[in-house]
Amino acid sequence: MAIEMNNVAPPMPACWRKETKTHKFCPGCGHGIVLKALGEAVDELGIQEKVIFSVDIGCCLLAIDFFNMDTVQTHHGRTNAVASGVKRATPDKICIAYMGDGGGYAIGSQHLLNAAARNEKITSILVNNTNYGMTGGQMAPTTLPGQKTETSPYGRSVEQQGSPTHGPEMLAAMLPEGAYVARGTVANPKQLKKYLKKALQAQINGTGFSFVEALSTCPTNWSTNAAKTWDFLENQMAVEFPVGEYKVPQEGGNE
Amino acid sequence: MATKPIEKDTHAFVTGNEVVAWAALAADAQIMYGYPITPQNEIMHYWTRLAPKYDRKFLQTEDELSAGFTTCGGVLTGTRSFTATAGPGTILMQEPITMAEMMRIPIVVVVQQRGGPSTATVIYSQQEARMCCYGGNGEGFRVVYSSSSHQDLYDFTIKAFNTAWKYRFPTIVLGDGYQAKMREAVTMYDPASRGISMVETEQFLGAPGLPGTDREPHFHKNTYNTEEELLEVVNKLKEDYDAVRAEIEEHECEYIDDAEIVIVGHGVVSRAVKEAVKLLRKEGYKAGYFRPITLRPFPGTALRKAVEGKKDIVVVESALGQLKQFMTEELYGCTVPITGYFKPGKGVSSAEIVEKVKSMTK
Repeated sequence: MAIEMNNVAPPMPACWRKETKTHKFCPGCGHGIVLKALGEAVDELGIQEKVIFSVDIGCCLLAIDFFNMDTVQTHHGRTNAVASGVKRATPDKICIAYMGDGGGYAIGSQHLLNAAARNEKITSILVNNTNYGMTGGQMAPTTLPGQKTETSPYGRSVEQQGSPTHGPEMLAAMLPEGAYVARGTVANPKQLKKYLKKALQAQINGTGFSFVEALSTCPTNWSTNAAKTWDFLENQMAVEFPVGEYKVPQEGGNE
Repeated sequence: MATKPIEKDTHAFVTGNEVVAWAALAADAQIMYGYPITPQNEIMHYWTRLAPKYDRKFLQTEDELSAGFTTCGGVLTGTRSFTATAGPGTILMQEPITMAEMMRIPIVVVVQQRGGPSTATVIYSQQEARMCCYGGNGEGFRVVYSSSSHQDLYDFTIKAFNTAWKYRFPTIVLGDGYQAKMREAVTMYDPASRGISMVETEQFLGAPGLPGTDREPHFHKNTYNTEEELLEVVNKLKEDYDAVRAEIEEHECEYIDDAEIVIVGHGVVSRAVKEAVKLLRKEGYKAGYFRPITLRPFPGTALRKAVEGKKDIVVVESALGQLKQFMTEELYGCTVPITGYFKPGKGVSSAEIVEKVKSMTK
């Protein structure tokens, strides 16, 4: 039986703000998938009313009005700081900081590392697309060795520019029991949602800092078509940045 | 627990940093965010000792960027929050202050100036005046109270919270290393005993109700897509600022009416100016005293009135003409000559001001 597609409502998470859809990201961008996984996680945990969402500068700021959740756009890199400030003042809120790899691993790396070092009870979500998207595709801390960007036009040289930053590995090494750290991918939205839900659960339980890196796509700046975009995500990024859980609170811990 | 920190008038002989901590407690500030830098450290030291006794909180951050942005986060939840810094820390603080200007986040920042440029001294200066008034990218939509004494530090810290929350402009209490570190007498009081009620705070984020169902969600942003959009926002900021600046502007003056020479200073330097004017008067010199209390908005109308028709203006500061620059802008068209007595990063005594004035009138 043929379905009249016009009459099928797209399955949006309940906490999404329908008035601001379709979203503002480029075609093929992974943000929409991350934000859908996040929306579903928020719905399933029933925390929409308690969430204070903070978005970084960069493409993340396009999520300013994405949810029916109170949201503040901060300055570039300062999102973990603002979310920490909110959480300290109002510990009953669920604070989510949303940033890109430049915001979290470069200009705001001190805020990410120190929020983790203090074991802030916030959930930090970092979307890794291996470049600075909004500013036009410059090299990021996560740019792969050999990858061409606007500021590494002959390919990233490990000798000259170092190796890609591995955030979850670094944070898992420094965080105490009770914290949650994972790396998901927009190639596996179900798994990503599971990780985000567990990260939020760690905040709800108050067991520790929670962090999810999401491998994502940027065909606009990668200059890739659909097949090449998918290939880069699945066959190059996922090799450099292994997907999985890096730190999980022990069962029955501090419920 | 959690009785009022100060019930009845308390006469104390303490450092300025301790005064600020007590004043913030008395003003019902709930949380301080801070990063160590001399000479403001003892504000945090006293706050961290006192805060738990009154159910208040403290967060030591990784730098002043974070101290400023966590303060913004705290304020956005409707929590009376503040931070304190100095010198290079004030530079980093410009970024969060500009966000607070643009988003109308009523943060309170205490700045205890030290010598500059760069790391320089940890002692004293008035070289952060311009940065506190106009630092950052933008137009300086802030309020800056320049304190001259421990009583000012107490009064202005309380007032800063009310100015910030009433008008929703970031508010700075500008002190310096001398005031921070020296001890002097102060009367600390419960604001209510002076008829001061603390302005109600507002939950910009996290107000009751399910966003999108019970109420609209609150989105706070300061990025704009078009020049026209931004122009409209900045013009509105200016309009709001101009509408209240006369209410906020403060100054102090003495011996102005028959004065031939008006000596101007702000902050702790104004005390030397005031003393110098008294000494000069005793010797028959017709000197007058003018002190801007708010550096931003600057009490330009009052200054113009005070200097009109006088023979000379002398401006004294522990900086190379930052105050003079503010004055010159306000006094455009006024033909009274302005002479500067500048000692950047160095204290000024009344005796040397007297000498300076005498040398001018010889």
